[in-house]
Amino acid sequence: MTHRVYLEELDVEFPCRSEQSVLECMVGAGKKGIVVGCRGGGCGVCKVEVLEGEYSDRPMSKAHIGDDDLSQKRVLACCISPRSNLSLRVIGKIAKPIQRRCQK
Amino acid sequence: MALKGVLRLGEVGVRVMDIDAARRHYVEHMGLHEMMTDETGKKLYCKAWDEHDHHSLVLQEADTAGLEYVAFKVDSDATLDEFEPKIREFGLEVAHIEAGVYPKSGRRLEFILPSGHRTQLYAEKEQVGNTLGTRNPGVIPDEGVVRGFRINRLDHCLLGGPNIDESARFFREVFDFVLSERIEDLESRESLAVFLTCSNKPHDIAFLINPEPGRFHHVSFLLESETDVIHAADLIGKHRIPVDVGPNRHGVTRGNTIYYFDPSGNRNEVFAGGYVHYPDTPTLTWDTSEMGPAQFSQDNTPRESFLSVLT
Repeated sequence: MTHRVYLEELDVEFPCRSEQSVLECMVGAGKKGIVVGCRGGGCGVCKVEVLEGEYSDRPMSKAHIGDDDLSQKRVLACCISPRSNLSLRVIGKIAKPIQRRCQK
Repeated sequence: MALKGVLRLGEVGVRVMDIDAARRHYVEHMGLHEMMTDETGKKLYCKAWDEHDHHSLVLQEADTAGLEYVAFKVDSDATLDEFEPKIREFGLEVAHIEAGVYPKSGRRLEFILPSGHRTQLYAEKEQVGNTLGTRNPGVIPDEGVVRGFRINRLDHCLLGGPNIDESARFFREVFDFVLSERIEDLESRESLAVFLTCSNKPHDIAFLINPEPGRFHHVSFLLESETDVIHAADLIGKHRIPVDVGPNRHGVTRGNTIYYFDPSGNRNEVFAGGYVHYPDTPTLTWDTSEMGPAQFSQDNTPRESFLSVLT
């Protein structure tokens, strides 16, 4: 099933199927604005905060996502898939190129 | 030159967050051989086909990704006794690990490098061979032994942390490693990366500057040929494995390389080639004015993720 994901900083919305990772679809939507890291939940660069919506997740490194983070819906975009429409704010290292892109 | 003292990087322990996903990656896709699991099923011991020792890669399920430890094999038990006071003299604490604590392995010495990496030495590990035998062994194993990425053996690790010059000094002064190459900041002359060898290879261990100690950049596996690097790249594509850097050549070490990530985000490399290093080969230095050619010499383009994404 395809859901819509809204990315606050870029004011873009993109489609993401429920079996895809949000990061994978974000890269497609953000074009050169998005850099990626390990895509396995280990390096932490794609940390996002889910502002609205439901998602499924797979294991993420406790070094980057603690229990506090999980309860605040701060997760790694490479490890979540949408179960409804989502609204996100990017807070990891990949936020820098996104912010630069917004200033242009 | 006869290889004495430290023989090679013999074992790497890697933390993964899903052992079944790790098995699919390292065993089914890459083609390493699963030798054993522990009683919990959460620790997996693997080897490449042409290694004689029982295992070289230990994957263990944990709630973080990254490096658990690196272990070097030395030529004899007496060498462990010889090294222990030298390690203490350098200023590191040494812990003793009894034989058998690490399965199939003799006793170990353990210490933490200045860059924060848990490091061990051992002299003995059960040998199981490479399937060819040792008398009139032939050259080609049976069908299915060389498989997946066609990995011959574990080769080296690149580790991230602070105090990398101190870690390099440790390997040089205590274990007689040689500094084969170095990347430095052109302005400050500070080391950004150091590459060390205890063999005829361009590197057996390397360090990359990183503010956090004990970080893991990659574990690397040796392939037979450049053709096999491209073959591995095709399988990486087929299995949708996340790629960091597609087929290219390193300026540093001259290896033909491809970098990709395991399902927990630990970076792996497969490579072939590189030059022959002798203890009298001069140290090669690269600086930040040529980071493109130093990192990837076929497109001369440095990758930001290559220096900043670690587990």
